[in-house]
Amino acid sequence: MKADVAVLDYGSGNLRSVVRAVERGGASVVLTADFETAARADGLVVPGVGAYAECMRGLRAVQGDRIVGRRLAGARPVLGICVGMQAMFGQGIEHGMVSEGCAEWPGTVERLEADVIPHMGWNTVEAPTGSQMFAGIDDERFYFAHSYGVRAWELRAEPPFPSPQVTWTTYGPDRFVSAVENGPLWATQFHPEKSGDAGAALLRNWLGQL
Amino acid sequence: MPIVGYVSLAVRVIPCLDVHAGRVVKGVNFVDLRDAGDPVEMARVYDAEGADELTFLDITASSDARETTREVVSRTAEQVFIPLTVGGGVRTPADVNTLLRAGADKVGINTGAIDRPEVIAEISSRFGCQVLVLSVDARRSSSQPSGFEVTTHGGRRSADMDAVEWVRRAAALGIGEVLLNSMDADGTKDGFDLELISAARAATGVPIIASGGAGEAKHFAQAVDAGADAVLAASVFHFGELTVGDVKQALRDAGHTVR
Repeated sequence: MKADVAVLDYGSGNLRSVVRAVERGGASVVLTADFETAARADGLVVPGVGAYAECMRGLRAVQGDRIVGRRLAGARPVLGICVGMQAMFGQGIEHGMVSEGCAEWPGTVERLEADVIPHMGWNTVEAPTGSQMFAGIDDERFYFAHSYGVRAWELRAEPPFPSPQVTWTTYGPDRFVSAVENGPLWATQFHPEKSGDAGAALLRNWLGQL
Repeated sequence: MPIVGYVSLAVRVIPCLDVHAGRVVKGVNFVDLRDAGDPVEMARVYDAEGADELTFLDITASSDARETTREVVSRTAEQVFIPLTVGGGVRTPADVNTLLRAGADKVGINTGAIDRPEVIAEISSRFGCQVLVLSVDARRSSSQPSGFEVTTHGGRRSADMDAVEWVRRAAALGIGEVLLNSMDADGTKDGFDLELISAARAATGVPIIASGGAGEAKHFAQAVDAGADAVLAASVFHFGELTVGDVKQALRDAGHTVR
């Protein structure tokens, strides 16, 4: 039985590649903004590109924050990608303006500091021991295209709850969160759907959880 | 000199496919087009060779043929899971949306931005600057302060703008990258215009993709030493003179990080 995955359709960008990459991983995929479809699917992918404030506006317009909240309350898997990951944090700051995120995790999305911005291209990641997301994926690079990131991981889980697994990437003088595994909520700052075979392996690891 | 702080990010090697009526072509200095194959098939080959990204340049004039190009983009995005940039004839945010919906990750803009620079801010505010690649066809000219001017129509006309100043201005308006094509070097196979790359590097903090003049594997490392973040070529790849792997090995030998 194939897992059924909903890709949340709430704005612009290349959603076709997300849909195709998840299909290639062996799932049955629907691109939708329908609340019930997105809330009930075995897995939900929240993509996102562009400005934080604009993305949050689009996400709220389809009640994406509520869909995510309802799913997580029932331990139903969600995968955020790029700004779809950033949206899970508390807030984003762009040009001095603060926008509220979904606040599933505390933390702030800020502009990266490096001589060359955006951070564009294939970079390495430092995944923690025991990561399920990166299981079987060693010494691979992933494709990034972003100017903002999260520099500090602030959520501390107390036993018996397992600690979130946080993956980091270094770019120039900056270091930021490049992936998170926190119970049913997973997210990547990079684009697994654009990261060739390494990205495909990561998506299969996620689908394996559904 | 390589920038030590950035060794973690790989230099991107990007084959460019000039697409006309659904087929790949590459002209010598953009004239006398020669057919070099099916774009989807070539995209798959380049992906398998280790290309980090692909660029399609739609050189078609008519709107019917543009529809054909969109189909090519869609078919490519169905099969190839690396970033795809599509340029050619982009003038409005609606054009960008159409290409992103078809399966492009990034969109190149050239004459459309020269004619109306504000469109850069319109596109980046709606889709984010990371989708927008400013393509600049630059040529040496003593009439501009930097020594380089912007050209249009495949280098046949001067836009009467300083190329380096244009890059600086466009970056302020909101582009994600610059595709810097030397019209002097293009087709010569004598190497990239390193002075052009250096001048643009000094002017902007957005990633620079060097283009035009690649003939040998060693040329690519020279472009990166001059300040390029990525290197792009067409005919040396299409006609089998170099593979993506050859270029990556040469970059690695020169001390640069590659995927």
